[in-house]
Amino acid sequence: MYTKHFRTTLGGLLAAFAAAASPAAGAELRIGTSAEPSALDPHYHNLAPNTAVRMHVFEALVGQDAKQRLKPELAESWRAVDDTTWEFKLRKGVKFSDGTPFDAQDFVYTVCRIPQVQNSPSSFTIYTKGIDAIETPDPHTLIIKTAAPYPLLPVELSTFGIMSAEAAKGENVKFEKAGCKADSWPATAQFNDLSLAIGTGPYKFKQFTKGERIVLETNPVYWGRKPQFDAVTFRPITSDGPRVAALLAGDVDMIENPPIQDIERLKNDPKVAVSQALSNRVIYVALGVQEKPPTIEGTDGKNPLRDKRVREALSLAIDRDAIVKRIMLGVAEPASQLLPAGFFGHDPALKLTSDQKKAKELLAAAGYPNGFKLTLGTPNDRYINDEKVAQAVAQMFTRIGVQTQVDASTANVFFSRRNKEEYSAFLAGWGAATGEMSSPLKSLVAGRDKDKGFGTTNYTSYANPAVDQPLAQALATVDDKKREALLQQSVRAVIEDYGILPLHYEVTSWATRKGLTYEARADQYTLAFDVTSK
Amino acid sequence: MLVFIIRRLTQSAIVVAVMSVLVFAGIFAIGDPIDVLISPEADEAERAAAIARLGLDRPMHEQFLAFAQEAAKGDLGRSFVHGVPALDIVLQRFPATLELALAAMLIAVLLGIPLGVWAGLRPDGIAGRTIMTGSILGFSLPTFWVGMLLIMIFAVTLGWLPAGGRGATREILGVPFSFLTADGLAHLVLPAINLALFKISLVIRLARAGTREVALQDYVKFARAKGLSARRVVGVHILKNIMIPVVTVLGLELGSVIAFSVVTETVFAWPGMGKLLIDSILQLDRPVVVAYLMVTVLLFVVINLVVDLLYSLLDPRIRLGGSRS
Repeated sequence: MYTKHFRTTLGGLLAAFAAAASPAAGAELRIGTSAEPSALDPHYHNLAPNTAVRMHVFEALVGQDAKQRLKPELAESWRAVDDTTWEFKLRKGVKFSDGTPFDAQDFVYTVCRIPQVQNSPSSFTIYTKGIDAIETPDPHTLIIKTAAPYPLLPVELSTFGIMSAEAAKGENVKFEKAGCKADSWPATAQFNDLSLAIGTGPYKFKQFTKGERIVLETNPVYWGRKPQFDAVTFRPITSDGPRVAALLAGDVDMIENPPIQDIERLKNDPKVAVSQALSNRVIYVALGVQEKPPTIEGTDGKNPLRDKRVREALSLAIDRDAIVKRIMLGVAEPASQLLPAGFFGHDPALKLTSDQKKAKELLAAAGYPNGFKLTLGTPNDRYINDEKVAQAVAQMFTRIGVQTQVDASTANVFFSRRNKEEYSAFLAGWGAATGEMSSPLKSLVAGRDKDKGFGTTNYTSYANPAVDQPLAQALATVDDKKREALLQQSVRAVIEDYGILPLHYEVTSWATRKGLTYEARADQYTLAFDVTSK
Repeated sequence: MLVFIIRRLTQSAIVVAVMSVLVFAGIFAIGDPIDVLISPEADEAERAAAIARLGLDRPMHEQFLAFAQEAAKGDLGRSFVHGVPALDIVLQRFPATLELALAAMLIAVLLGIPLGVWAGLRPDGIAGRTIMTGSILGFSLPTFWVGMLLIMIFAVTLGWLPAGGRGATREILGVPFSFLTADGLAHLVLPAINLALFKISLVIRLARAGTREVALQDYVKFARAKGLSARRVVGVHILKNIMIPVVTVLGLELGSVIAFSVVTETVFAWPGMGKLLIDSILQLDRPVVVAYLMVTVLLFVVINLVVDLLYSLLDPRIRLGGSRS
């Protein structure tokens, strides 16, 4: 509640005081973050704030650039030997921050340790379970075997950081599919107290005070380009208004996620620079196609959303340009599929239009000339302006005759209810951590299938073989060109069936004091080593 | 005296037990923490594994019994989010909050009592009226708004003080406090004033009302008639007699300032307990919320005990006996 007031208060005051900001210079970079990692243990919690901090200290085998394309990191090169065998050539001469050399055993130990993390609220095993066997013919070559063709292996190996086997006394641990054996496994607390927080990245940890700050200093034995700032302090400032104020007051040099209503003013401030990038997150409306709709009235218990014409009518009712312009204040881009252009699997041919007249005709043709009553669920503190967007969508639905009410709740309540399929329609977002179309397809719209791991966030009961088949085939196709064509076929099938209604892609913003530049990233991570000063 | 303390502790044990049941049930009703914690990419198998790791697969009464057993041994469980003992997280944040709360109370007492007494002695004077009008502002301005205003004026425009966060700390007996360093003190000033504003107004009103009442008492008139200096009349005879309500209210307020200074801590990104509570509720981190509230209950019990002991010091007629509860 009060954060909203901060924003309004700040809005009025910013204009008057913005000119007075006085940034400080130095070899230290202070960053105000909007969320804090739950631990420094790189394998404890598969969560964006944890990964962002992890990337400074623990490098992965494979890296992702600002557009989420894969790039060499600890592995110099990789190739698929055959459909189920991959060879990774590791970088030579790399040292951990404690001076011990990096080699294949560190990767083996990391993969072994990931399933052993105690109390992990969300484990990285989803990215390691594809690995069937690991061979290390020499210290700088990894042969990884998978049970079935697994084209996503390089992408998934970019999601977790490598820890030092020597530091954890794991030099002799061997990979076993059923579970590796070791006398003991490192505890998360040993990373939080920094004793095991040893990686190969450009920085190393110097201090961690939960809720207050994380301090990094440069890793003197880093193999790559030395970052421009010798020391970095991350300060969690979770409220939007105070975070902007901290930048204007010169308390911090850079902030992530400034509130969108302040971005225009920040851009006009001569002492502040703003960088923005289209993110990998799509905001969508999901339509439940269950036999018995939980939040639809006026249809005698039938579910109108099972009719493609009704779903198309609802899609036509949405004016995506208006949402982007009026509610997102231009800090977003209208979406016609599940990932924006430039991402793997994007189909440039897809378009979504808005046409109220045609929408009404379709509703009438489907047997609902007078519409029906629908409740649209939404979180109110998870995505940028989520509740306002939902209100706008509800009004647009109502305009074609589908009287829509918004049911907004705080994220923890919303997600619990959504996961019990309590909404016939809900607004949510999906960020593709892997930067690939297979991520949203597999989780959001593929029919639920426990064995394949399909439909894990599909709370609409939607299932369409025309989507699932090419997707399953793509996930078993190692050839990139063929795989991209299959993913495009799959996403086309779901969009043309109106199985999900994409609204817009979020744009992520960063604000820095003038003189600093940051290459905005699609994955929304704030990386200090990519900040440069003129 | 001993009986009195034992009775108090027994009562608080019951309060703690009842409260833990309520919090347990309450958070259970809000939703399933796993929906907030787990990566959306996770599949069914990983989801089931995470639920089992956190012990969320068991029915609520079993979870509660397991918790109660461990709690009896002093272990309040591990945070779902951070994976470390919940009590440690709460206690880690305690010094920051305590420091902020004490600084705010100190400001409230040092400013509030003199101003209140002044306004009470000269209720119709210009100064007295101004003080009372000012105290209305202190009551009615929303804390977050004043906080933002303070930041905008003193941090953004004038650049005198930092906009938020906690400064450098120095340890006393292994506990980090920031008021011992210049940097820490600079960081402390704005949030302490922000938090103190409401309390100053409260103390002014209490002190003024008390003063007006006491100033008309016979013993004050007698002291004046006896020719005692005004300083002695006000400083001893009036001040001592208005302190009982002030101490009572301040005691209760201190508890609430420590436990629930959420707004100030949020505006100034102060790494205290109030911020922790809100974050933990949003993430449904039940062990931390329970541990937090248990610490809070204990705190209130201790403060009330101290207040009662202070009464007997301030007013020798009050005796703490076994018959009083």
